[in-house]
Amino acid sequence: MKLGIMVSEGPYQHQASDSAYNFTKAALEKGHEIFRVFFYHDGVNNATRLTVPPQDDRNVVNRWSELAKQYNLDLVVCIAAAQRRGLLDENEAKRNGKDANNIADGFRISGLGQLIEAGIQAERLVVFGD
Amino acid sequence: MTLHTVNKSPFETNSLETCLRLVRSGHNVLLFEDGVYGASKGTRFEALLTEAMQSCKIHVLLPDFEARGMSIDSLISGIETVDYAGFVNLVTENERVQAWL
Repeated sequence: MKLGIMVSEGPYQHQASDSAYNFTKAALEKGHEIFRVFFYHDGVNNATRLTVPPQDDRNVVNRWSELAKQYNLDLVVCIAAAQRRGLLDENEAKRNGKDANNIADGFRISGLGQLIEAGIQAERLVVFGD
Repeated sequence: MTLHTVNKSPFETNSLETCLRLVRSGHNVLLFEDGVYGASKGTRFEALLTEAMQSCKIHVLLPDFEARGMSIDSLISGIETVDYAGFVNLVTENERVQAWL
């Protein structure tokens, strides 16, 4: 079955991102298709490659990147939420005159239309938040 | 059928109570994250859940229940346990998912 996922909380602050990751992984292992994972509100903080958690802790950001690589997942970050929170890719950094970008591998920045599309295209939309 | 997901402790917010008031007969409810506290035996919510289970099914995400120091012995009888694979099955077996955030 085709599933869509939305994450609206950041890593380490709330369990939502962990729950979404475990759910997404279990769904993929069962052979379901994940149409898209959409990161909204504070959920965009899951996409910064600059996090350095202690080595004996889970690395929430890298874990998403690795899952995306393994299963060719579409991880989309909401552009308006990302700009407010300082999450930029190369294009957005250039467009806004910033000196760096911080988006992790496997994530891309796009608009809210991508969430609407996931709601239409996927057979179920599962929301993880606070 | 609808799957209702509740991720808040009933001691913190009223999302479980609201959910159980509005849930339709035959629907499924999944307690996960802090929502699992509602599945614990001997609290003031036990009667509410037991009554709800006469018309709908209640499930609890066992990894989250155990992560909070509780074991199956302290689970209200009638509540079914699922792992993440079971969570996925609940999502696909129901026509839609309503998150009570």
